[in-house]
Amino acid sequence: MLAKSSIGRRFTFSLGAAYFVLFTAFMYLPILLLVVFSFNDSPTLAFPWNGFTLRWYAALAQSTELIKAVWNSVLVGLLSSLIATVLGTLAALGIVRFNFPGKSIFLSVAAMPLVIPAVVMGVAMLILFTMVGIPLTLWTVGLGHVIINLPYAMLIVAARLAGFEAHIEEAAMDLGANYWGALWRVTLPMSMPALVAAFLSSFTTSFDEFAVTFFLAGSDTTLPIYLFSQLRFPSRLPLVVTLAAIMMLLSVLIVLAVEKLRRMST
Amino acid sequence: MTTLAPPIRTAAQAEATRRRRLLLIMGPPGLALLVFFLVPLGIMGLYTLRSGTLGGEMAWSLDTYRSFLANTALQRLLWRSTLVSLQTSLLCVLLAYPIAYYLAFRAGERRMTLLTIIIIPAWTSYLLRILAWKLILGSSGLLNTFLLWVGWIDQPAPILLFSQTAVVVTLVYVWAPFVALPIFAALDRIDKRLLEAAADLGSPPWYAFVRVTLPLSLPGVLAGFLSVFIPTLGEYVTPLLVGGVNGIMYGNLIQDQFVRALNWPLGSIMSLVLLVLLLPMFLLFRRSDDLLQR
Repeated sequence: MLAKSSIGRRFTFSLGAAYFVLFTAFMYLPILLLVVFSFNDSPTLAFPWNGFTLRWYAALAQSTELIKAVWNSVLVGLLSSLIATVLGTLAALGIVRFNFPGKSIFLSVAAMPLVIPAVVMGVAMLILFTMVGIPLTLWTVGLGHVIINLPYAMLIVAARLAGFEAHIEEAAMDLGANYWGALWRVTLPMSMPALVAAFLSSFTTSFDEFAVTFFLAGSDTTLPIYLFSQLRFPSRLPLVVTLAAIMMLLSVLIVLAVEKLRRMST
Repeated sequence: MTTLAPPIRTAAQAEATRRRRLLLIMGPPGLALLVFFLVPLGIMGLYTLRSGTLGGEMAWSLDTYRSFLANTALQRLLWRSTLVSLQTSLLCVLLAYPIAYYLAFRAGERRMTLLTIIIIPAWTSYLLRILAWKLILGSSGLLNTFLLWVGWIDQPAPILLFSQTAVVVTLVYVWAPFVALPIFAALDRIDKRLLEAAADLGSPPWYAFVRVTLPLSLPGVLAGFLSVFIPTLGEYVTPLLVGGVNGIMYGNLIQDQFVRALNWPLGSIMSLVLLVLLLPMFLLFRRSDDLLQR
């Protein structure tokens, strides 16, 4: 028992294992390159490695435009993820706990933002906002992000809700809670890990979203929009890489947290 | 269970309560999807019936349809983008299948950990993963300068320049891990006794794979294939970053109609055509997903 669980069977070398290692390297190398070259002491982004520096990190902290873009992204991310999580949770309650006519149509429509090309979603919302006369600002970006994230949030929470039965809510109601009280005091706390996972994964998506944001941002900048605009200047490339390295590491941390929460919740 | 409900309630009252609750619960998300997702798509559909450029004279007509049908360059680009997506999706399946197979049949107890290791980069930033390839590819990119530095080549290799190949490589990098998931799910459900039975009946392993494993994994392969093909067909960010002039895709031209050419009606038709092409695949995708869930 102990021998088996401690180190496990030795890593048997096989074609499959070798391929797995290669594939993993393929997945991680580009990301590692970003991180490694963010510390490279050279104004151009090229081999060979030219020595260690932190100056790009220091330079990042001084860019007011960048800090503004980060702040914008954080605001849009927090608010849109909160709304997406609330709406996604409601939708999850509806599809798990209720049967209603048109349920399968609703499911199809709700799944569409997951697969529809971003460019189509972006231009469709752009047309709507222009026709109605809503100026393009961070608010329109946020609305776009809510629609992008609503389906993910719904699916994550629905998986959790399906894991325990409606009897729990009924039991709470038998004990004197009204329906909404039962949802608030019983269902919601029990689904909390899924709600947090939905919020965090919405936030990472929003923080990183470019394809739809591009059409909805007007003259406001989010972090990805800023990053993209900097690519035109070769001299800014080391800064872009440094910024990318930071965003990547943050993104990995949040992804790990989401994964842990999802394991806890299902 | 129903006997526990307060006895004073009639069935009709209970039904009315249920409806009110359902309305309050489904109302907000339903309304959000309607107003900000379905209505925009509908308006986009109406826009195709207009002609002219934004800011200029706009009139109701079928002219935009005519100009789309007459524009063979657009149609050729759509065809080429379809081929790029097809190539990308097939490569993703080919790369991901052995991974899924290894995890499902050979990796033992560590399979979920190994699966997570593969999938974590895929869940991180989409934009940054494309950006990384912009820095790697290109004549003065990391790959070329690395090869020059170690002396494997003595001038920048043209294959690494911004091109359609660069778009495919980047898209495969971005999407391959996502394909491993459904294939793994399909392979993992296969009853291992089927393979033992095939062996007992004298079938060599490769034959058992062709006749048992492969057919049973096809719903996963289909789901994986479509989960790449559908979103990449409209892709514009990857070609923008690594495609150069030769790598542009249909999505770039849609973007162009809205940002530079300001021909919104034409852009709307192009989007509509894309959606119509994707619709059957979307339905097929839901079907393959259902097969996997069952």
